[in-house]
Amino acid sequence: MSDAAPRETVIKMYAAREEIYPRETKGRYASLRWACVWLTQIVFYGLPWLRWNDRQAILFDLGARKFYIFGVVLWPQDFIYLAALLIVCAFALFLVTAVAGRVWCGFACPQTVYTEIFMWIERRIEGARSARIRLDRQPWNADKIARKGTKHAAWFAVALWTGFSFAGYFTPMSTLMSEVSALRLGPWETFWILFYALATYGNAGWLREQVCKYMCPYARFQSSMFDKDTLIVTYDAKRGEPRGALGKAQGDCIDCGMCVQVCPTGIDIRKGLQYECISCAACVDACNSVMDKVERPRGLIRYSTEQALARGWSSAQVRARLLRPRVLIYTTLLALIGGALGAALALRTPLKLDVMRDRGAMGREVEDGVIENVYRLQVMNTAETAHTFRISVSGLPSIRLATTDMTKLDGASARAVAVRVQAPREGAKTGSNRIEFGLTAVDDPGLAVTEKAVFIVPKQ
Amino acid sequence: MADFVNGFWDYYISIITLLSIFGCGILLWSQSKHRVKAGAGATTGHVWDEDLTELNTPMPRWWMWLFYMTIVFALCYLVLYPGLGSYAGRLGWKSAGAYQSELKQAEAEYGPLFDKYAKQDLKTVAADPQARQIGERLFLTYCAQCHGSDARGGKGFPNLTDSDWLHGGEPATIKATIMHGRTGQMPPMGAALGSDKDIENVAHYVRSLSDLTTDPIKVAFGKTKFAACAACHGADGHGNQALGAPNLTDKVWLYGGSADTIMETIRKGRTNTMPAFEAFLGEPKVHVLAAYVWSLSNENGGEAAK
Repeated sequence: MSDAAPRETVIKMYAAREEIYPRETKGRYASLRWACVWLTQIVFYGLPWLRWNDRQAILFDLGARKFYIFGVVLWPQDFIYLAALLIVCAFALFLVTAVAGRVWCGFACPQTVYTEIFMWIERRIEGARSARIRLDRQPWNADKIARKGTKHAAWFAVALWTGFSFAGYFTPMSTLMSEVSALRLGPWETFWILFYALATYGNAGWLREQVCKYMCPYARFQSSMFDKDTLIVTYDAKRGEPRGALGKAQGDCIDCGMCVQVCPTGIDIRKGLQYECISCAACVDACNSVMDKVERPRGLIRYSTEQALARGWSSAQVRARLLRPRVLIYTTLLALIGGALGAALALRTPLKLDVMRDRGAMGREVEDGVIENVYRLQVMNTAETAHTFRISVSGLPSIRLATTDMTKLDGASARAVAVRVQAPREGAKTGSNRIEFGLTAVDDPGLAVTEKAVFIVPKQ
Repeated sequence: MADFVNGFWDYYISIITLLSIFGCGILLWSQSKHRVKAGAGATTGHVWDEDLTELNTPMPRWWMWLFYMTIVFALCYLVLYPGLGSYAGRLGWKSAGAYQSELKQAEAEYGPLFDKYAKQDLKTVAADPQARQIGERLFLTYCAQCHGSDARGGKGFPNLTDSDWLHGGEPATIKATIMHGRTGQMPPMGAALGSDKDIENVAHYVRSLSDLTTDPIKVAFGKTKFAACAACHGADGHGNQALGAPNLTDKVWLYGGSADTIMETIRKGRTNTMPAFEAFLGEPKVHVLAAYVWSLSNENGGEAAK
């Protein structure tokens, strides 16, 4: 660099993406990742096909505002459970990140999983890393067109199936199947299938690591959950350096570049922890296989912590650091919220009652100085079986229902029941009196709810 | 569109909107390249917290194109939809139009059901449990504010569950009431009857018609003055449904049956309005509603509408 007359250079603030050609890896972590791919995709593609009492086991019916999840039917009033579920997911992510860094990213994130599937297709059609680089550099010819065309067609087929499966969570699969075969898809279903398919195709086919590097919000704040005892993919510089070609090297690293070639985000892990690293451990597998070949111990690149590397800890010592306050606090919170959510769901009564006093009259006097109030009971039977319910009222001496105390509801339905409640003036104070409505299933006394209300006694 | 007090604001808003959009574009374009001194290194030169520096790593290029696309999107949106002052947009979209299309959709979905009932006789509809359920929902939505969820009314609002009708309780009459509304007029009769004493006497006579506790002397005096009331309520006080004049001989009171309340009614008169629902609900819905209301006081066919 010459520091002559200060010349100006132009720096572009935006640069084109450089294609990354990750080499295929084999090993412990590659198998683990494929296990995650299988597991998550069997769940995702398979769930919409499951049946439960002659309906789809999992169905989010937005039109009817009912979410069916196996034996549970959730109504809009149950939205709190979704909030709790999201909190549980968030804390689970915090905990995993604090313990083992971005393993979610490397193994289970949909972005990684679909990229893995798409790269597998790519390898089958275009060949291994070197063949892919060659293919991209050669001019267009029949073979290149055929290979590229086949690849994109295969990608799109997988993407469409993914979009179709996604739509199957919201429109019953049976309906969806018949609509597709008759080419009579509704506009929204068409939109969502294509949208989700395009998103899958674009993210896993074209954007890949760019999603993790530039778009993902989790990637932005993950470092706030890291500490010096978080497991990260590390290069043991003490052992590896100074690197050099085989035979000339003083350290164990023979500078073969395998760890760079397999990296899906295109970084060199030997430069230390970088924000692009998604903890997928492809470089660990690659380096271990090289170390086996050159007959050096494995683990030149391995999962370890900043502290462990600096102080040369054994893995047992690393494990001992697991029980640190950050991890314990995350675990406690996760257990508490998860337990609360589980308990709330287990103890949930599939019956809801809202009471609305008629505002037209504050309370009227009928025969013999008895006071009467009118209420509208919104009864919601969220179970899937029909029930007959008995309505009861309590809270004042001789309070009684003047209307029928029975109401019959079909499964998963709601109705408004107008009831008149009578109580003598004696024993009630002028103004508002607290009373309570009860609702009990005739065939199942355990199925019961109560709801507070107010009984108004007018001035004489 | 009278959204603005004068044409100036139209231009004011439009110009600010467009300038902002183009400003974003110019900012983006001007900032996409940076001139730096050669050899300035890979960082921007800023330093925070003693040793924190910012790399000059470029952003991906598609990111910039996304920004430009948002600008194109904004301009297309402003052409198609209302957004620039009072310009209505090429598509002519209105929130009122969106509401109308929702109504049309509901009409298409539920119309056939109501049309089926509209062809049936009111009493047949009243015997149909599904129709009664629909009627109940309509009643709770549109009628319960005045007549109560239990349809028993309140002070000034008739009870629809008894057999006492101001205008008649035949299904067709009830339907006419809901369709076209009713106005109940009791004129102030204080001046016609004379003194306060006379009014009190008449009130006692009216109470005597329903066998309520009264002062026999006042009743005797009141009876002579009742001729002024007989024009509408009939000589015997049985009322007249053609005029909507209440029957004074039953124990049903629209405003209350105490002597004081009756005296006030005589002195000041009463005006009562049942609004017309034909334009708002349409005949098919009113048809189902009328059948439901009639069924409240005529238990027939199947279980009573609870």
